[in-house]
Amino acid sequence: MIQVENISKSFNKKPVLKKITTSFIAGKTNLIIGASGSGKTTLLKCMVGLHAPDSGSINFNGRNFHNLPNKDQRRLRQEIGMLFQGGALFDYLTVGENVMFPLNMFSQMTDEEKIDRVHFCLNRVNLVNAFNLYPSELSGGMVKRVAIARAISMNPKYLFCDEPNSGLDPITSVIIDNLIQEITQEYNITTIVNTHDMNSVIQIGDNIIFINEGELTWSGDKVSILKSENKLLNKFVFASELYKKLRS
Amino acid sequence: MLKFIFHIGRYLAMLSQVFSRPEKRIIYTKKIIHEIHYMGLNSLGIVSIISIFIGAVVAIQTGLQLGDNPFIPKYLIAYATREALILEFSPTMIALILAGKVGSSIASEIGTMRVTEQIDALEIMGINSKAYIILPKIIAAILFFPFLVIISMAIGMLGGYLAGTSGGIVTHNEFIYGLNYWFDSYHIFYAFVKTIFFAFVISSLSSYFGYFTEGGALDVGKSSTQAVVYCSIVILIINFILTQLMLS
Repeated sequence: MIQVENISKSFNKKPVLKKITTSFIAGKTNLIIGASGSGKTTLLKCMVGLHAPDSGSINFNGRNFHNLPNKDQRRLRQEIGMLFQGGALFDYLTVGENVMFPLNMFSQMTDEEKIDRVHFCLNRVNLVNAFNLYPSELSGGMVKRVAIARAISMNPKYLFCDEPNSGLDPITSVIIDNLIQEITQEYNITTIVNTHDMNSVIQIGDNIIFINEGELTWSGDKVSILKSENKLLNKFVFASELYKKLRS
Repeated sequence: MLKFIFHIGRYLAMLSQVFSRPEKRIIYTKKIIHEIHYMGLNSLGIVSIISIFIGAVVAIQTGLQLGDNPFIPKYLIAYATREALILEFSPTMIALILAGKVGSSIASEIGTMRVTEQIDALEIMGINSKAYIILPKIIAAILFFPFLVIISMAIGMLGGYLAGTSGGIVTHNEFIYGLNYWFDSYHIFYAFVKTIFFAFVISSLSSYFGYFTEGGALDVGKSSTQAVVYCSIVILIINFILTQLMLS
């Protein structure tokens, strides 16, 4: 479980996060939703240590991330897998080498074991034949799947996904969403997904928090979100014609 | 002024992290070899072309200055060409060329890694991204740039010989005698010391500008330009200081 307590963050004196307190459940797909510029990515980056919050704490199973010494922070980060918005694959490495990268850096596996592990991860994301391709040869959906394979290669306890569906067609989006949910359940990972895609919300939102202008405005799940009376949330959820029709 | 102090502080803080213990030595060794190939060997062509023409021009101009004065022996043309190449043209001119070629390449490579979140991905994995990306470049530059300078000196002298003998400015025997005349090995040592400083400046300063790139593609271009400009200025300043300390 990850607990976020009173997290605030400002950039150039402009508050982006305002005293956010919430918790993310292990083995569930936790969603952070909100409009563009609402502070979702900043919250995610504070949680993984890419931004230092101005105040508050983030606890990974009782370990306060920002109070840990550098060495322990790096060790904790090895328990984290992250799927970036653009994939963030290393473009000078092949797909296989990308997935093997964390194993090369941290595991004590033999070369054969590493290759087996890479094939297992690529197989898990249905990219068996992509081992020798370079990121520039992949489609957007394949990049995301390779990034997921790399994120799970070290058996992470925590998986962070920053807008995993951005730039993908609806079919590929569903594939990515399903993959994230299956992996979360299979390995009992605490998964946190940052999204503004309502299809993802309805499909995989076990636990959802809604952020509006840096404030935690609502929390619930994929069932309660459609019945909420929160005006700001409803404005966000039912912004599209399709959802308006669904509601009526 | 405050901005200047801020950059100096951030540069030194970056260096302190760059020179920390590597996670896995074997990976760093492989990266150093890759960088030697990428930065060093790929610069051989341009270094050779520039050196042969510089050597030729220096020989012709020295010949022109000495004129047909019967009291000044012709072998001094070769002597002056050698000294000009060893003391100034090969180390400093080549450093300025490398600041343009290698410096901009380093800054844009690291800057692209920054804006495509590849550096964030390294940090999330628990890797010291500064050491992983920058240290191999600094070591490769310090190891290989002196070889480039030796090659530049040799090719420059060849250029001088070809221009001198083919243009009838100096005979073969006079040129060879001049090349061997009054040779002081301390000048080679001085050239190497300068080169090592220049290698460090080019690799570390360009890395600094690349690493702290903020924004998008346009900002990567800006970082690349800044890297070349500041590297060139610092090279000229260091050149002056080292010449003052070692030769005056």
